Amino acid sequence: MFAGQGEQAKPLPVTLLTAPLLTARDLAILRGERVLFRGVGLSLSPGEGIVLRGANGAGKTTLLRMLAGLTRPEAGDVARAAPHHWIGHKEGIKPQESPRGHLALWAQAWGSKANIPEILEKMALKRAADVPGRYLSAGQRRRTAFGRLLLEERPVWLLDEPYTALDASGKAMLDAVISSHLRSNGAIIASMHDIAGFPVTAEVTL
Amino acid sequence: MSAAPILAAFRQAFAEAWAGGAGALLPLGFLGGTAVLVPLGIGSDTDTLSAVGPGIIWVSLALSSLVTLERIFQADVEDGTLDLWLQTGAPMAGIAAAKTLAHWLAAGLPLALASPLLALMFQAQASLELLVHLGLYALGGLAFFFWGGVGAALSATVRRGGLLISIIALPLYVPTAIFGALAMTGGIGSDGAPMLLAASTLFACAVAPYAMAAALRLAAD
Repeated sequence: MFAGQGEQAKPLPVTLLTAPLLTARDLAILRGERVLFRGVGLSLSPGEGIVLRGANGAGKTTLLRMLAGLTRPEAGDVARAAPHHWIGHKEGIKPQESPRGHLALWAQAWGSKANIPEILEKMALKRAADVPGRYLSAGQRRRTAFGRLLLEERPVWLLDEPYTALDASGKAMLDAVISSHLRSNGAIIASMHDIAGFPVTAEVTL
Repeated sequence: MSAAPILAAFRQAFAEAWAGGAGALLPLGFLGGTAVLVPLGIGSDTDTLSAVGPGIIWVSLALSSLVTLERIFQADVEDGTLDLWLQTGAPMAGIAAAKTLAHWLAAGLPLALASPLLALMFQAQASLELLVHLGLYALGGLAFFFWGGVGAALSATVRRGGLLISIIALPLYVPTAIFGALAMTGGIGSDGAPMLLAASTLFACAVAPYAMAAALRLAAD
């Protein structure tokens, strides 16, 4: 489904450049008997980087999952005009999957022709490329998951606390990848506690 | 719509079935263990053994198919893979069916292939009929895996959900067990039993994937 769209997304048509890629209106969520948040809305246009702020348990992850279509909001609606990438807390790497195997699998699933050795090199995973997932460190697992972002060009990236478990060089690498995505008219929404190392156009506090 | 995500899901599940829990070996050991214990329990009388043999093998097959099912969706919830599969754009029912089929191929088909050996242990005559029975066990096992998959999807977020899977899946195993055993023991109405067994398996293959997909969406919510 998304296979063809990846290639088409490269030269964005002029009309698309102004239309929002993702809009959320009046979102609310219950967790148990408690209202986690209500009346949350946002609009994401090409080139924008939105950072979600909030204390632990404020609902940042839940909001991101709603934007991705994984969790159904109690009220409000989300309109997704473009395909997105999802990097959650859990990386989605199987114990038997190596970084190379993981990226090859998702390249197959998404119909991507990306150069996987190149992505592994960019993520500084060359040495760990063939190590099974169960032996990877937390940082290496994060880097492998971020490799998925480069498999296919998708305008919207949804990142849940992207800096978790990354060392200084990992953060710098991720900042560079995100910045170049924003420059080429991509957009991101990231939940974060730290100061972002990429251009932020708006902050949403829960 | 592209079938690529469904093929990829099949490939990942097949690799996982072999890597995670030794694939076919665990249910095979379970099946073999039950079949060895029964003659010890009921005595070695040839007529008794050959009479109860097919029934015992059906029951062992049903129970050993439950052994591997606990992990097929629970692991996906725990490692975050489920979130990724839900976002491929391919129908989740297709992905769930592909995963179930992969697990049946890795763990269910070997069970059926071992059945002639077990039948011999139950004093069955070595004949071509055992190969026909092998086909029936394979067909019935497929239904067991699909219904068990529904149980696995419903209990995917439950720690130690194995018992829950049994409670959900075992009632759904009833038609398969009845028609399967009937097809082999040749009682009243056994002529149509293989067809009814095939029909109940097809019904499972057609309905179970949608139930699994709905349950998995809830698990991610």
